[in-house]
Amino acid sequence: MAIFEAQDLHKRFGDQVVLERINLSFKRGCLSGIMGPNGAGKTTCFNVLTGRYRPDRGRVVFDGEDITGMSPQAIVRKGISRSFQIMNLFDEYTALENIVIALPHVRKRGLGVWHAIDADSEAQGQAAGILERVGLKGSEHVNAKAMSYGARRALEIGVALATGPKLLFVDEPTAGLGTDAMARLAELIHELKSTTTIVMIEHDMRFLFQLADHISVIHWGQVIAEGTPAQLRENAWVQRSNLGALA
Amino acid sequence: MEAMQYETRQTKAWVIVPMLVIFLVFATLPLWIKHVGLYEYLAVEVLIWIIFAMGFNLLLGYTGLPSFGHGAFFGIGAYAFGLAQFNVWPNLWFCLAAAAIVTALIGGISALLLSHRRGIYFALMSIAIGQIFYFIASKWTNVTGGEDGLLNIERLPVEFGIVSFATKPNMGLYYLAYALFVIITILLWRLTNSPYGRVLRAIKQNEMRVRFVGYSVWFYKWSVFTLSCAVAGLAGGLFAMAQEGAYINVMSLQWSGIIVLMVLIGGGFVSFWGPLLGVVLYFVARDVLGAYTGTWLLWFGLMFVILVMFKPEGLAGFWRDTLGRKFSGEGIGAASSRSAPADAAGG
Repeated sequence: MAIFEAQDLHKRFGDQVVLERINLSFKRGCLSGIMGPNGAGKTTCFNVLTGRYRPDRGRVVFDGEDITGMSPQAIVRKGISRSFQIMNLFDEYTALENIVIALPHVRKRGLGVWHAIDADSEAQGQAAGILERVGLKGSEHVNAKAMSYGARRALEIGVALATGPKLLFVDEPTAGLGTDAMARLAELIHELKSTTTIVMIEHDMRFLFQLADHISVIHWGQVIAEGTPAQLRENAWVQRSNLGALA
Repeated sequence: MEAMQYETRQTKAWVIVPMLVIFLVFATLPLWIKHVGLYEYLAVEVLIWIIFAMGFNLLLGYTGLPSFGHGAFFGIGAYAFGLAQFNVWPNLWFCLAAAAIVTALIGGISALLLSHRRGIYFALMSIAIGQIFYFIASKWTNVTGGEDGLLNIERLPVEFGIVSFATKPNMGLYYLAYALFVIITILLWRLTNSPYGRVLRAIKQNEMRVRFVGYSVWFYKWSVFTLSCAVAGLAGGLFAMAQEGAYINVMSLQWSGIIVLMVLIGGGFVSFWGPLLGVVLYFVARDVLGAYTGTWLLWFGLMFVILVMFKPEGLAGFWRDTLGRKFSGEGIGAASSRSAPADAAGG
């Protein structure tokens, strides 16, 4: 059963059509992948699906509710979270503080002026648990900007997880990672799959084909192919393109 | 820049030791200020501008919102105080409340326009809004007195039922300003050490990420701007009493720039106490340097340039990186401000 659907989405910037008649459906409990060459419109598609851009036409439905044009914060509160291709962390905060501020429990206290987050043992414990889950145990009190690139990638996913999502969008998580870090990330995403529905944009085809249950191919702002990794390997367009060779 | 940050750990305390020391220094100030060659009215001015600067730093230092037209709200508070006194009820508490509330309302309306902006657009729009209020004050002569200002504003007595004391002597006004300074300082300290304060600092670091973890950034920016205007209005009301008038000059772009200068020189970007240091330095420089040369502002400006070049964290940053660490037992070259406790670092 689909937890999330994009129906007939269009997006243009000025006279440039970036997304055209995009139809996507992501099943609950699955990892869905989105692939395509550079400039295909994948990240714009993510930005429309997660509320950063409003679509010019079409609908976005999550858990049976129309969320088209909602603000990012409203969409997060519905249970959708995302990580970014270009990392978006709170660099002056420690890893733990990055996670704590994203917790729904802390967000609800956002206007409370009588609390001190650092004295909130529930929030601290929850955040430490998330850091452990993304492999950052022991880095709780390290400033985000002092962390290694791979650790920052994991923290980026940790911040997204901290909002307690039912659906997690992950944008190019392997960008810039070495072989070891990619292997650790693959383990992490495989582990997350067991509890959270995931949608992932990924350039590294081996990585994506290894993890995804279903993949959509976007090119020139359109969905040109869909299917399981096995089906896509047989797809004529994918075979002709460099993408097929890499997978 | 590595060091351009606050100590991020938060405290539950309402009052901390450095705060008590500062309160003690200011409580005794009228007793010794003449012995160092200064005068009581200067102390009144300093306290009023500290209140204004600390409220302003919620915006600039904590949230990273460069409001360059904030002098307008200080001026609006002064006019609101005078108009409330002349036209409604000449009672101190009522007039001060009117100054804060009217300024907060006008600030809140301005913030509706500003809160969707950030960076240079926020800065330019804040200048434009400040200039609009400046010109309204200069042209609406039958209400504001135009270029002449509102004259003969009285220093109203402090009344607590049957007990009251006069604020006509500078000493009386000083202790009124001191009481409000203590209250505002404690409230702002608590606010900046709350989840609300943590979100403000997060907005300064990465506004988009704050949005994508579920916070309404617009609301936080609107509310902090409005709050900052309320504090500016309260300070403006006190200033109207101090000057026994409300004048347009404080609403000018120049004075909006000076409050930015004070906060930056003091180290508002790295410490809760930065604005306080900046205001004290500005007024002492004005009177001490001003006694020797009419071009004191030139020297003050040069000092600002040197500070920005060599110590952009301001006086508070200098304290933190040298004397503060020495007293807390760390080497001056210790790598991170993180190791200093929040209380000692002063937030």
